[in-house]
Amino acid sequence: MVEQFQDIAKKKKEKEYQKYVKKMTPTHNLALNMLKAFLVGGLICTLGQVILHTAEVMGADEKTAGSWCSLILIFISVVLTGLNIYPRIGKFAGAGALVPITGFANSVAASAIEFKKEGQVFGIGCKIFTIAGPVILYGILSSWALGVIYYILLQLGVTG
Amino acid sequence: MKQYVGKQSIAFQSPVCILAGASIAGKKEGEGPLGEQIDFICEEPMFGADTWEAAESTMQKEALQTAIGKAGLTREEIRMIFAGDLLAQTIASSFGIRDLEIPCYGLYGACSTMGEALSLGAMAVAGGYGEYVGAVTSSHFASAEKEFRFPLGYGNQRPLSATWTVTGSGACILGETGSKVGITGITTGKIVDYGLKDSMNMGGCMAPAACDTIYQNLMDFNRQPEDYDRIVTGDLGAVGKQILLDLLAERGFDISRQHDDCGLLIYDNQRQDTHSGGSGCGCAAVVFTSHLLPAVEAGKWKRILFVPTGAMLSKVSFNEGQPIPGIAQAVVVENLSE
Repeated sequence: MVEQFQDIAKKKKEKEYQKYVKKMTPTHNLALNMLKAFLVGGLICTLGQVILHTAEVMGADEKTAGSWCSLILIFISVVLTGLNIYPRIGKFAGAGALVPITGFANSVAASAIEFKKEGQVFGIGCKIFTIAGPVILYGILSSWALGVIYYILLQLGVTG
Repeated sequence: MKQYVGKQSIAFQSPVCILAGASIAGKKEGEGPLGEQIDFICEEPMFGADTWEAAESTMQKEALQTAIGKAGLTREEIRMIFAGDLLAQTIASSFGIRDLEIPCYGLYGACSTMGEALSLGAMAVAGGYGEYVGAVTSSHFASAEKEFRFPLGYGNQRPLSATWTVTGSGACILGETGSKVGITGITTGKIVDYGLKDSMNMGGCMAPAACDTIYQNLMDFNRQPEDYDRIVTGDLGAVGKQILLDLLAERGFDISRQHDDCGLLIYDNQRQDTHSGGSGCGCAAVVFTSHLLPAVEAGKWKRILFVPTGAMLSKVSFNEGQPIPGIAQAVVVENLSE
């Protein structure tokens, strides 16, 4: 009984401390961060659109143009990661640089560079998807789930 | 020969002399406020090695060798070394001191390790277990990022409460006699857990531990904050410093005039974009050997309390939802000439 009360008192003290620390801790300006993310994210997507259109103008069909777009964006991101420029863009833009395909490429390339010293198999091989791994796993899982839902709707005649 | 006092402290019967201190650090630290006082600044982040971990080992070796040289000794005369770092299985220390062929003990106290090494070293000398004993710790920004956070090339935003791991190493040689600056007492810290889980706010995680150890030191030695010219914590940073002052004020002590933090001394947070300040085993070690020790030796301060602070976590404990408790080890350093 006494122990239970002590436990509750300790939890309460911890909660109070956490609240106090939160109050004491400065945070980034959310509005400013969102603006930066919007600008840089938008710029990256605009660049993608430019590549897409250019490819189409040059005679590629929609699917091929899309592949060229991804390939070129990934290439730029990987080169910028190697030159240590992408981390700076990421620091400035946050999720604006993280969410587009360039962010994904950055997380893979950064891991490859970092773990190269640990060998081709146990270094690069095992650790290249340290950051990107969850995105791949849960990306595939959620697209599978959506596929199942789509199939059910199709059988029920809700969608065609 | 009873030397323990109070609950957690030791008052050495005769002070343990600090014969020499040496520091080595990276380019960023060289550009900081203490740049001129650090013995060696290496512009090259790899320190001539192949990997970040080997670079950190190189720093430890250099720092120790320099300290041994400054003390006018040879490595054969060092009875034992207490060494530690932040990497898993403390490999920076193992590989750093391997070639020196000196008997050694490896330590882990997170960023408080310099306090731990000095405490154990002083105990060894005071107990008559060695004439000369070494204490060395290190940290490297890149190896710590790799160990605890993300690959360096990964683009992400650091919160303002995050600290910047110092690339550097500091070493001290302790002995029975031969210097006018010495360790007169220590207070061993407890692991203090206030349930905080934010690994990007280490200052908040460690401040309760610093408060606990400083409070206990004042109790055990029956001292007031005024009895110290300086009370210097390890790496609480800007956020943790304020929390520490508040926590100690709650317990009846105002240390705002004496308090400083190694993490705030080593970088210019505004200019160098280091957010809350410096951290790591190397932070306290470099600031102690390059800045605090020389100031006590020169008589600028008569007595200081050096309190390196550590956050006890690993990637595993963090991912498994454990909180991040803190620890702080206090070392009383005095100018002995009189």
